[in-house]
Amino acid sequence: MCTVCGCGTASVEGHEHSHDHDHHHHPEGGDLHFGHGPAGVEVPGMSQDRLIEIETDILAKNDRYADANRATLTALGAFAVNMVSSPGSGKTTLLCKTIEALGDQPLAVIEGDQQTANDADRIRATGAVAVQVNTGKGCHLDGHMVGHAMEHLDLAEHSILFIENVGNLVCPAAFDLGEDCKVAILSVTEGEDKPLKYPDMFTASRLALLNKVDLAPHCDVDLDLYEKNLRRVNPGIEVIRVSARTGEGMENWLNWLRSSLQRKQGSLAAE
Amino acid sequence: MHEMSLCEGIRQVIEDQSRAHNVRAVKRVRIEIGQFSGVEKPALEFAFDVVMRGSVAEGAALEMIDLPGKAMCYDCMKEVEIDDRLAPCPDCGGGKLMPVSGDEMRIKDLEVV
Repeated sequence: MCTVCGCGTASVEGHEHSHDHDHHHHPEGGDLHFGHGPAGVEVPGMSQDRLIEIETDILAKNDRYADANRATLTALGAFAVNMVSSPGSGKTTLLCKTIEALGDQPLAVIEGDQQTANDADRIRATGAVAVQVNTGKGCHLDGHMVGHAMEHLDLAEHSILFIENVGNLVCPAAFDLGEDCKVAILSVTEGEDKPLKYPDMFTASRLALLNKVDLAPHCDVDLDLYEKNLRRVNPGIEVIRVSARTGEGMENWLNWLRSSLQRKQGSLAAE
Repeated sequence: MHEMSLCEGIRQVIEDQSRAHNVRAVKRVRIEIGQFSGVEKPALEFAFDVVMRGSVAEGAALEMIDLPGKAMCYDCMKEVEIDDRLAPCPDCGGGKLMPVSGDEMRIKDLEVV
């Protein structure tokens, strides 16, 4: 074997040198080809490195897992929301209240956090099925994690699947989980300029829930400006003002969920 | 952002391609990064060197090609190019812009031996 580049056609015993130059005799199927470089010809003294065109998304592998999750959800006629927010926006409380209000609607929850099963425990206390995914050092859920979590859920037909992502307004924007849409939750205490500071997440979301509106009078927040800033980064975003604590606006959110599920089932039936 | 995870993704693609094409070493990796992709280029460069260690792309050069950010202006209904995610429409000055491209994170090609 050639000790220079490891190809199997030449033997150069005891011949060793460093690898800091180019070689141009790469065997394919035992034959030697010299015209497979980018130029298609052998030019003495010139590099004959090959160029492999890939044109593949860096997150292609994640997207394949996400597509598989989407297919599973479609087969069940289930609707999945990827709930994204900063830590402390009130996602889990909102989710608990939502589950209680949805009554006998089949549903399940995937809880993403770096550590602890606290949130899944809170969800299970409502009687709903929940799986906790701990990402360890990871800052987001990915398609692979969600696929495994779905295996544990035994999702019923026509369910709503809530995926509560890791509290983080940056990374989860880029990772498709196979969901039907992202829903961003913001609390009024976070400041009206939050959408401008983290535009990507709000651009990627179909709906923004402006949570904790009961606190608005206590924290000098301009809710209209909040909505204006949301539309600045995503002119098509829907906004619902809610308070999980007082129940204000919850009916609008529940109707949004029910009609989204119906719309998905309608479009599946039409296919 | 999550440059380490992105580099893990790049490594997987490179390893799959290297097996398929009998590649012994990757010398250069060209990737396309959109203006709105949220990728921090120096962080990606750093993570790339670390993550590629022990792979066929160890020591490979990373070349990043910038792709422009484009958005649909909801005021003048034109597709315009913008440098900044919060920039107004360069044509009409409107502030309702929906990005239509610029979130690319794509491996373009590999130079291999």
